[in-house]
Amino acid sequence: MCEVELKKENIVYAKSSLMLDNVMHYCPGCSHGTVHKLIAEIVEEMGLQSKTIGVSPVGCAVFAYNYIDVDWAEAAHGRACAVATGIKRLHPNKMVFTYQGDGDLSAIGTCETIHAAARGENIAVVYINNAIYGMTGGQMAPTTLLGMKTATTPYGRDPRLNGYPYKIADMLAHLDGVCYITRQSVHTPANVRKCKKAIRKAFENAMAGKGFSMVEVVSTCNSGWKLSPVQANEWLEQNMLPFYPLGDVKDI
Amino acid sequence: MADKEVKLMKGNEVIAYAAIRYGCDGYFGYPITPQSEVMETLMELKPWETTGMVVLQAESEIASVNMLYGGAATGKRVMTSSSSPGVSLMSEGMSYLAGAELPCLIVNCQRGGPGLGTIQPSQGDYFQACKGGAHGDFHLIVLAPNSVQEMHDFVALAFDLAFKYRNPAMILADGAIGQMMEKVTLAPQRPRKTDAEIEAECKSWAIYGKPADRARNVVTSLELRSEEMEKINLRLQAKYRAMEENEVRYEAVECDDADYVIVAFGSSARICSATVELARAEGLKVGLLRPVTLYPFPKKPIAELAKRGVKGFLSAELNAGQMVEDVRLAVNGLVPVEHYGRQGGSLFTPDEVYRALKDKIINRG
Ligand SMILES: Cc1ncc(C[n+]2csc(CCOP(=O)(O)OP(=O)(O)O)c2C)c(N)n1
Ligand code: SF4
Ligand SMILES: [Mg+2]
Repeated sequence: MCEVELKKENIVYAKSSLMLDNVMHYCPGCSHGTVHKLIAEIVEEMGLQSKTIGVSPVGCAVFAYNYIDVDWAEAAHGRACAVATGIKRLHPNKMVFTYQGDGDLSAIGTCETIHAAARGENIAVVYINNAIYGMTGGQMAPTTLLGMKTATTPYGRDPRLNGYPYKIADMLAHLDGVCYITRQSVHTPANVRKCKKAIRKAFENAMAGKGFSMVEVVSTCNSGWKLSPVQANEWLEQNMLPFYPLGDVKDI
Repeated sequence: MADKEVKLMKGNEVIAYAAIRYGCDGYFGYPITPQSEVMETLMELKPWETTGMVVLQAESEIASVNMLYGGAATGKRVMTSSSSPGVSLMSEGMSYLAGAELPCLIVNCQRGGPGLGTIQPSQGDYFQACKGGAHGDFHLIVLAPNSVQEMHDFVALAFDLAFKYRNPAMILADGAIGQMMEKVTLAPQRPRKTDAEIEAECKSWAIYGKPADRARNVVTSLELRSEEMEKINLRLQAKYRAMEENEVRYEAVECDDADYVIVAFGSSARICSATVELARAEGLKVGLLRPVTLYPFPKKPIAELAKRGVKGFLSAELNAGQMVEDVRLAVNGLVPVEHYGRQGGSLFTPDEVYRALKDKIINRG
């Protein structure tokens, strides 16, 4: 065995120092873990650790505060944008972001989300849309695709019974208080890189006081979808992306 | 010494003045009668241009109580105000505030219920305010003002107690106290705490961006491990016991020699003090015990009166009988305890309470 000394300039990847060593509770293959890593890297790269306050949701990411080494508030289900508003109004120079699932943000928290956006709160929202309620065992979310089987749509989502899925990103883009809305994914390395740029831009906007930014991450929930991680990534590409197309919805 | 600043003001207006002068950092609210003057007065006074206090109209009471949660999590002094239906919407938030041990102030200017009810005064939210009012075992610190001056004074008291115990505090007023005008002596303007002062004071728990010299702070009410959650519950209960030990406040009027005692809070205590005068004029030894803190409730002074030989208590409330349960618990069966109330936004008169005292207590068979 030989010891190889790694020179700093030769290191192409290292875990962000803001990523804590706590064992993650996320299922293997889940998008949450990847997005956490991006946030830790961005906060570190921007040198914002001492200025960042995260707001975690109720959902699988409720424990986000166990993984990223910044100050956090844990919000009641759906209320993250209101909690973030309270923090940001009192600390206008801090970087305040929420991290929310689709049930949290676009079902129970729709009102708080829309009004924080309409007011143009200078916060960044990371929105993990996996088209399902992961944490509670895979029930239908407002974002669940038509025909998709979940615990509460065992025969597939039927619009006559369950209504239609909706795209909150497109709705929010119409609001004057919103400066940046984009839809990204983390199911391939190339998409991970793009997503990182988008979240960074949202954080920069929040610091610059440009208004409300949201990065929707079209995500996998392989456990809820009952697919292997690889199958889930394929399913995302074939089914989620046609309905939730990637790219900027608004950027001013 | 500067002259005292005495003004004629509505109870609701004075909440706004008192908050600014106390050095409150933020107010989040949503309009509802009979308390809308609180936010209206703040918006008129524009404290963001003077003290730097933030004032924000939210889209609902659900939002305002969660903005309160966010603001309180930073260690700043933040408040909201509402009236009964709005406070019901805040109940989820109050449970989270208590669970995360966040100091803040909630003002409830009560109106008659249930449901949309009436915009007239009521004390129908006693149970909601004092018995938790939302899921989980918790208590708010609850103060009941009986004058415009106390509306003013209790803003500072509520914040001080909230921070002393890291617990949400409520001023439980009603439409009568909120809407009536009285003379009030205003406190001098205090500076808001600086960020450095807050960071020094709240370093162990508040979130304002993690500096290099401390671990990250997390404001949460979540703990999935039952043995850990039980420890948290026990700690909260120990805190409530300490409040019960140290923070009971009440006013006893003519209770020393009283044969009969009326227990009443807030606006109904105001009315009942006239009942005491009526009774005393006729030679009846009647006293008034007015709880100022509804939680913690003045159990001991009431129990002592019962032991001392008071022959009966009348709990006079603008509701169907809520505080009477706490009076009965304190009296513990020693002597009769009855309730007299009006509901739906109606007030009682001193005479009416006097008649009830005679019928239900003094002349009972
Ligand atoms: C008021 C309230 N209602 C319901 C719940 C139960 N609950 C917890 S997480 C959740 C759904 C989360 O789904 P989503 O936001 O999509 O997050 P994911 O787990 O998929 O990441 C629900 C309904 C709750 N905790 N609080
Ligand atoms: S249940 Fe779904 S969203 Fe939750 S951790 Fe597992 S894969 Fe991720
Ligand atoms: Mg989800």
